[in-house]
Amino acid sequence: MKARQVLVPLAAVIVFLVLWEALVWVMGWPNYKMASPSDLIPAYEKYWSLFLIMGWQTLWRTIIGLLLAVIFGTGLGMVMGFSRTMRDALYPLLVGFNAVPKATVVPIVALMFVGWHDFNTVLIAFMISFFPIAVSVSIGLSTLEPEYRDILRSLGASQAQVFWKIALPKTLPEFFGALKVSVTLAFIGTNLMEIVSPHGRGLGALFDSGKTNSDYPLMFAVLIALAFLGIVLYYIVVALEKIFAGWADRTV
Amino acid sequence: MENLIEIKAVRHAYRTASGLLPVLDGLDVSVPEGGFVAVVGPSGCGKSTLTRLVAGLLIPDEGTVNVHGTRITAPRSNVGMAFQNPVLLEWRSILQNVMLPLEIVPNKLTKAEGEERARKLLALVGLEGFESKRPSELSGGMKQRASLCRALIHQPEVLILDEPFGALDAFTREDLWQTMHQVKAEEPFTGVLITHDLRESIFLADQVVVLSGRPAKTQFVMDIPDTGLRTLEDLYTPLAAERLNVLRHQIEVAQGRVAA
Repeated sequence: MKARQVLVPLAAVIVFLVLWEALVWVMGWPNYKMASPSDLIPAYEKYWSLFLIMGWQTLWRTIIGLLLAVIFGTGLGMVMGFSRTMRDALYPLLVGFNAVPKATVVPIVALMFVGWHDFNTVLIAFMISFFPIAVSVSIGLSTLEPEYRDILRSLGASQAQVFWKIALPKTLPEFFGALKVSVTLAFIGTNLMEIVSPHGRGLGALFDSGKTNSDYPLMFAVLIALAFLGIVLYYIVVALEKIFAGWADRTV
Repeated sequence: MENLIEIKAVRHAYRTASGLLPVLDGLDVSVPEGGFVAVVGPSGCGKSTLTRLVAGLLIPDEGTVNVHGTRITAPRSNVGMAFQNPVLLEWRSILQNVMLPLEIVPNKLTKAEGEERARKLLALVGLEGFESKRPSELSGGMKQRASLCRALIHQPEVLILDEPFGALDAFTREDLWQTMHQVKAEEPFTGVLITHDLRESIFLADQVVVLSGRPAKTQFVMDIPDTGLRTLEDLYTPLAAERLNVLRHQIEVAQGRVAA
């Protein structure tokens, strides 16, 4: 990786922080209106162990939810991609399901699985993030040109061989495009649950305790920590994409 | 001579939303072992259906398709196909693309032997030095050459070419015609070539079959005795012009523009 690839985004982040600091300073906003980056440092210093513990709680639940979404979304996408009937049957259900705001589902799930803190959080992360994956896999499979199939089928290949050798790799670019959307969605899902449900776990709970104690710099510090984790997860997906679907990138 | 491919009295119709759509009605084509038959006909007359029949991807409603005396009822591994769209797998190198059939078809080659054969074929079609390139780095003509190697790698009994040069510019196409002759000399095959190009048909094939308009039946058969029609100059002789004129007329009949 070239130095430029690291330095340019880093510089952009610094410019952003400086502008933020300047905005708060120029407007003369108090902490409870908007905390400035310089207020966040004491918050991190004071609560760094909580940030680590709760950040990890948020991270692993998001990742488990996302993994479930990948497995389920890919399976569902395969069913819809290979069968016209299943696609017609499932699409309206799926779109309807996705259209329901997850903020309304969170209290229901929280009640339904009261006390199952890890489970209900992972469940929301999963529910919010599988849709793009299912849609992209189904579109990738159903738009496979018949010639690709014929090339292998004329050699006597089984359906499974057609899937592993052609359909799956050909769908990977769409899959990773969807995964980039899903990874941030899963993150939103985890935090929704952590904030709404009285868990005491995860960065969402830390945000909630900041709210309860009127510790505004802490609330902003949590937001930045969430953004940071989101960026890390996103770039993990980007790295995976480079490994498995780098061939699709034509910009190099 | 025994016929390797024997298509007899084939009738077939596609089931569409608006009812049955007959595409083939009385198709007879036979290709002797080592023969190369070109099939020409008006657009949409069912030429591609014919390739799917020979590959076993489609079973006709009536009539028989035999390869080596065995009736084709399912895809068999002894077929190599190339289409107008080269359908190379973008995530594989050219070499890996050419070797794809060896991963499917049962064969006795070790991986090293398979690779050696792939390299030999690539060299034969003029793609030496491009083995590790990705398909996206190749021109249309080069992709088609690689696609041809892939169709031949497992030494298929039957090579099916469905307008493989149709999307190429005229000069590239003529280059590939000559490559086909070299390939046939080095790697003998029995082939069926679907084409729109009459010059291509008389230059490459030893028999040209003209299909009627849809539903297609065998309308006319022209033998091209091996008179040494093997350089591009041969296409501008009076004999070639005469053959082209006969075929031209048959196509017009097939299109229903003139009476037979």
